[in-house]
Amino acid sequence: MIKSELVARIAAQNPHLYQRDIENIVNTILGTVVDAMKSGDRVELRGFGAFSVKSRPARTGRNPRTGEKVPVSEKFVPFFKTGKEMRERLNDGKVS
Amino acid sequence: MGGKTVTRADLCEAVYQKVGLSRSESAELVESVLREIADCLVTGETVKLSSFGTFSVRSKTERIGRNPKTGEEVPILPRRVLVFKPSNVLKTEINGGDASSVQGDD
Repeated sequence: MIKSELVARIAAQNPHLYQRDIENIVNTILGTVVDAMKSGDRVELRGFGAFSVKSRPARTGRNPRTGEKVPVSEKFVPFFKTGKEMRERLNDGKVS
Repeated sequence: MGGKTVTRADLCEAVYQKVGLSRSESAELVESVLREIADCLVTGETVKLSSFGTFSVRSKTERIGRNPKTGEEVPILPRRVLVFKPSNVLKTEINGGDASSVQGDD
């Protein structure tokens, strides 16, 4: 499923709303998650999962072709941890 | 840096502020969006959200694990896990970059 299909499915359940309002809602949700992560905050959605940002420390990398050392500065990576209910639903409630 | 936790309530508030709907309807729609994504993933289907990332379900086979405290061997049963692959736009934005300069992202 891609974003436009998600919008279409929500629109079908809410015939009283315009499709562009639904688009706006989906984009606002994703935008809020992105903005939170940009400021280093965590986003916790019970039953679904949590988004957070992890820091990768600066290190000395190597150009694999020349073997030359190159400094790699600290960087941040987005991280998602699946929520408990979601994990259980994926496994018919069998795995805790 | 950071330290705050954003929750459903914050998402509902953002939707309420941006879209001209009531608070309760905003909350319902946030719920619908999350439910729709979750339901889709439970069927095993991948969910691709452009400029955000991709959620997909991976099946893991059984393997032997070890209780790190007792050293005892325990079977880890086959299971399905949810993985999130952030888009290049998201990765760039989180590092303070300009997302509009990211190419080839879906």
